[in-house]
Amino acid sequence: MPAIRFGTHSCQLRENETVLDGLLRHGIPVSHACKAGSCGSCLLRAEEGQVPAAAQAGLKDSWKARGYFLACQCRPDEDLLVAEVGSDARTSAVIRSLDLLSENVLRVRLQCANFAYIPGQYVSLIRGNGLARSYSIASLPKEDAIELHVRRVEGGQMSGWLFDESPKDEEVQLQGPAGECFYVPGKPQQPLLLVGTGTGLAPLYGILRDALRAGHTGPIHLIHGALRPEGLYLCDELRRLAAAHANFSYTASVVHAEAPGHYVVGPVAGLLAERFAELEGWRGFVCGDPALVQALKKKLFLAGMASREIYSDAFLFSA
Amino acid sequence: MSTPVVSLFDQLGGAAAVEAAVDNFYRRVLKDERVAHFFDDVDMDRQRAKQKGFLTMAFGGPHNYSGKDMRQGHAHLVTRGLNDAHVDAIIEILGATLKDMGVADELINQVAAIAESTRGDVLNR
Repeated sequence: MPAIRFGTHSCQLRENETVLDGLLRHGIPVSHACKAGSCGSCLLRAEEGQVPAAAQAGLKDSWKARGYFLACQCRPDEDLLVAEVGSDARTSAVIRSLDLLSENVLRVRLQCANFAYIPGQYVSLIRGNGLARSYSIASLPKEDAIELHVRRVEGGQMSGWLFDESPKDEEVQLQGPAGECFYVPGKPQQPLLLVGTGTGLAPLYGILRDALRAGHTGPIHLIHGALRPEGLYLCDELRRLAAAHANFSYTASVVHAEAPGHYVVGPVAGLLAERFAELEGWRGFVCGDPALVQALKKKLFLAGMASREIYSDAFLFSA
Repeated sequence: MSTPVVSLFDQLGGAAAVEAAVDNFYRRVLKDERVAHFFDDVDMDRQRAKQKGFLTMAFGGPHNYSGKDMRQGHAHLVTRGLNDAHVDAIIEILGATLKDMGVADELINQVAAIAESTRGDVLNR
């Protein structure tokens, strides 16, 4: 019978026993409720060992890819090392470059010897003084630097440091990565809709290029929203990508603008209602301001997108 | 030999049926102007998880809900005007969801009866 290791604990499962029952029998506390694979309370992550498909039924593909499983449905065939969802470790990195993408958005590139991630996940950037802030990853693993887009936050300690002191060559720590908002290969023809506001473009830029790199053949639409034209960035790069890939299109949307330039005028929600009213069978990625993310996810869902196909990352900005 | 009794939850298809029903149910709720406003400011993922818990219970499945949970979980909505008409609407939407999934009327009635049994706790009376 397989053995389960969980932190400092370990237990030997009995015949036909689930991971949840085994851990509970050994007095190891695991949150749980329905024990029927339905409520999701007993979600754990397998760091080593393969969990059976039945233990991942109904989970998002990105969760499956990261080894998440329901302990109450898991009768493993092999030994497992399991962890609470979201356990992290720190790695050293060096700030290689800082350049402005727009008035208020800074591209920070970090070099790190060994940092595995999936574009669209986020990472905590930790200064020597312990100050930590989370940023989404816009680069691809094959690129030689980890790219973050940092918005200047009024009174922000991390963004103030990065913008005003340009700490090139400084050493920082990275914690993570974390987050389930990323592209999972497997349905190459599925239409994708990527919607983001502000630096919500960072994860989407990573997800987009990851999907193109993976050979996604279905249509990919990216909508970047900003309050003012100055809030848009990476426009030229995105247009270049659109010109190079027939299945990719890019639309910028600005709320407060006089006459349309290279963008449409109005809120992102209006653009969605107008052009993307029927989304059954689509996959969606929504990133940026939390209230907006919540509202836009609901819009996609009501337009017919399955909730399991909606990936999101809501940003919390703190000074 | 007696026929083994198959539970309502199993007749409906168990956890897989809950998973199949939840988007259908939740989308109907959000589109129904009688009840949608109660869900305006909630996080979709968390709400969907709660809907799954509710459906699991209504389908006769294993659950950990107590009358006390039901009361606490809805108390803030009662102060916002949650009443019998809203419970009626939810039970109606639940029935329409199951109908859409091809579930027999007899089973739909059993599900409705379970949902109905929570009315007093949901409305905190």
